[in-house]
Amino acid sequence: MKLDHTQPLEYSTKQNQLNILGFWIFLGAEIMLFATLFASYFTLEDRIGNGPSGGEIFGITPVMIETILLLTSSFTIGLTVNAMRIGNKKAMLTFFVITLLLGLAFLGVEIYEFYHYVHVGAGLQTSAFTAILLTTLGTHGAHVTFGLFWGLFIVSQVKKRGITTETTNKSFIFSLYWHFLDVVWIFIFSFIYLKGMM
Amino acid sequence: MEFFDRFAIPHPSPLIYASMVAIGLTVIAIIAGLTYFKKWGYLWREWLTTVDHKRIGIMYLLSALLMLFRGGADAIMMRAQLSVPENTLLDAQHYNEIFTTHGVVMIIFMAMPFIMALMNFVVPLQIGARDVAFPRLNALSFWLFFMGAMLFNISFVIGGSPDAGWTSYFPLAGNELSTSVGTNYYMIAIQIAGLGTLMTGINFIVTIFKMRAPGMTLMKMPMFTWSALITNIIIVFAFPVLTVALAMGTMDRLFGTHFFATTNGGMDMLWANLFWVWGHPEVYILILPAFGIYSEVISAFARRNLYGYKSMVGSMVIISLLSFFVWVHHFFTMGQGALTNSIFSITTMAIAVPTGIKIFNWLFTLWKGKIEVTVPMLYSLGFIPIFTIGGVTGVMLGMSAADYQYHNTMFLVAHFHLVIIPGVVFAMIAGLTYWWPKMFGFMLNERIGKWTFWFIAIGTCVAFFPMFISGLDGQARRMYTYSESTGFGIWNMLSFFGAILLAIGFALIVYNIYYSIRYASRDIGDDPWNARSLEWATHNPVPDYNFAITPEVSSSEGLWDAKKRGHTLFKGPYKEIHMPSNSGVPFIMSAIFFVFGFAMIFSMWIVAIISAIGIFACMAHRSFEQDHGYHISVDEIKQTEAKFGGAKE
Repeated sequence: MKLDHTQPLEYSTKQNQLNILGFWIFLGAEIMLFATLFASYFTLEDRIGNGPSGGEIFGITPVMIETILLLTSSFTIGLTVNAMRIGNKKAMLTFFVITLLLGLAFLGVEIYEFYHYVHVGAGLQTSAFTAILLTTLGTHGAHVTFGLFWGLFIVSQVKKRGITTETTNKSFIFSLYWHFLDVVWIFIFSFIYLKGMM
Repeated sequence: MEFFDRFAIPHPSPLIYASMVAIGLTVIAIIAGLTYFKKWGYLWREWLTTVDHKRIGIMYLLSALLMLFRGGADAIMMRAQLSVPENTLLDAQHYNEIFTTHGVVMIIFMAMPFIMALMNFVVPLQIGARDVAFPRLNALSFWLFFMGAMLFNISFVIGGSPDAGWTSYFPLAGNELSTSVGTNYYMIAIQIAGLGTLMTGINFIVTIFKMRAPGMTLMKMPMFTWSALITNIIIVFAFPVLTVALAMGTMDRLFGTHFFATTNGGMDMLWANLFWVWGHPEVYILILPAFGIYSEVISAFARRNLYGYKSMVGSMVIISLLSFFVWVHHFFTMGQGALTNSIFSITTMAIAVPTGIKIFNWLFTLWKGKIEVTVPMLYSLGFIPIFTIGGVTGVMLGMSAADYQYHNTMFLVAHFHLVIIPGVVFAMIAGLTYWWPKMFGFMLNERIGKWTFWFIAIGTCVAFFPMFISGLDGQARRMYTYSESTGFGIWNMLSFFGAILLAIGFALIVYNIYYSIRYASRDIGDDPWNARSLEWATHNPVPDYNFAITPEVSSSEGLWDAKKRGHTLFKGPYKEIHMPSNSGVPFIMSAIFFVFGFAMIFSMWIVAIISAIGIFACMAHRSFEQDHGYHISVDEIKQTEAKFGGAKE
């Protein structure tokens, strides 16, 4: 394998570069996926049938907690990549685990939120609005859940195999994924929650 | 027994029972044959676990041909049913199922894999690469497509086929009006195949951007590679829309949501919009690679370089952009209002401009060329006039005011068949014939090939031209019969005759393959067509590693330069070659996807959950696996090259 030492480890082999570009393109597809969900959300937003509207069920507290948790985790995954670049395995693992814990906490609050919605009569089958709301949030939540397992696998690989061309590549790509979920959340926060509560 | 009731066909007929028996016997015959000839190991090692883009391409090709006959059988049954008024060959329900599966199979399980086949086989060779960027992902793409196709195809013997049209509009496709599991098959089988397509899209964009031979800048790529690049970009942007639409449709049918329902705030037009936001770009996903093939074939057999290379690229870019802004023209009559319709009318008609540029570029390439009428060239020459007729009627349909007359009539059916058959099917057969020697090391018989062309070309015209007339007279599409007094009888009889000609043509393709396997010469050299681009610069058949030495080029026609201008393609000594190792995981994971899909279709939640865990387990396995491939040593390369008749150094 040819190593290019002018590049950081995650970019140092041809295959690593291909992986990163491929993942960026995958994120392009993900943008289309969420864009479609948002377009559908805006279409169905006011079609509440006999169910509640967004303004009636959204509460600012859980949403703010979720936002702070996820934004912080985006910061810590940045610190993870930074620690990885300077070759500090211990710091890298610490920040990585903190990121995943924050993600887990986010997921906990979101599960509570879903429970709350169903409790107040905004289930998946209530109306077109509740269906698209829970589907959009749920798609994001499913991405976070997937990310938790994926991140856990990478953590254990970094722990066992150290900072190598492969583990850095995986960690870097994971960081792209995690930042992306954060960006999607900002859109959810602004255009679903804030818009709904205004 | 109640549990098993749902697997029964809701609407059985002797024909379906016969198919069940036929499928059963075929499966037994395949298993027995593989066991008798001790081919299980061979099948597993060489095909099921392969990550080689060439073998994956060939598997796509076989699947596409298989599905061509499945979709073709549907077509013949439809035309037979309509050939005379008040026919009772099929009843309304069967007719609904057949036009639905005909559409889905032909678009998603025939045309798509055919394109994937040629892209997989040709693109890495044309850009001088050893494989695609992610060989294992490529295998996963194929197997997901394959399992999706198989899942869709078992619908007509287990549980019932979808019957709401290939567009599957809601509320017709909802639970109330489509009571069988057929539409579940539609939602889930297409979803699985679509995931594979999306992965292919990502894979090929990276491959084309990052793995081109030294010297091949973007504007020096062969035109087929250009068309593949743009197609894959459209795939990446269009398929996620379908993913979401199908997921929402699945939830409506399985979990009782109200996305597309007519109650509780649901909006049926949302499905129509989402479907066509994917569906119209999908049309260009099919046609652009076809344009690429025509560009290759016409320039090769006119013995001239392609006229207007830059405008060819530019027009494809414009088509790909416009393709996302025309979707409303599929439902002008569904009440958007005049302004919206006018906007989409204009964008629709605007597409004719870049397409026209391409047509003229091909004509100018032919101008003063030394035209050699081979089979691929014959298809390309036949494509131009027939496609133009289909295209011009498309502009007619694009005028929203006039569309109220044409909408959902046989006129529309005539239009899209007359673009998609010369556009896609002709191109696929042309590409198949053109690249066949590279795939298999012998050529298809030219004489049978020319007969085939005439059957298919005349069959296309005879089958679809009469529909323009009956359509303008008011014959609606998707009607399973009509009365004698309508006067549609004669036109439909003509169409049926054309369909038979087409069927003979497709049968001749199979005969040609059989004939050529038996009798064709194996001594054809590396470049039997005297062609121009890099795929012809390597051996025939292509060795595992494609090129022993990475070629260096200075134009889009690397081989032509080497032949006519003394350019050296292969510089420098042999070096060790790194190859990806085979893996059974893509096949296994896709097989679990099949089980998952089947369980979802029949709401067997426990099986669905277990198989979903299985899918994630495969992904986890991939995450922890350390696989660095293997290396082919310089000695091995020398031996292989010598075996292929002289090393290229």
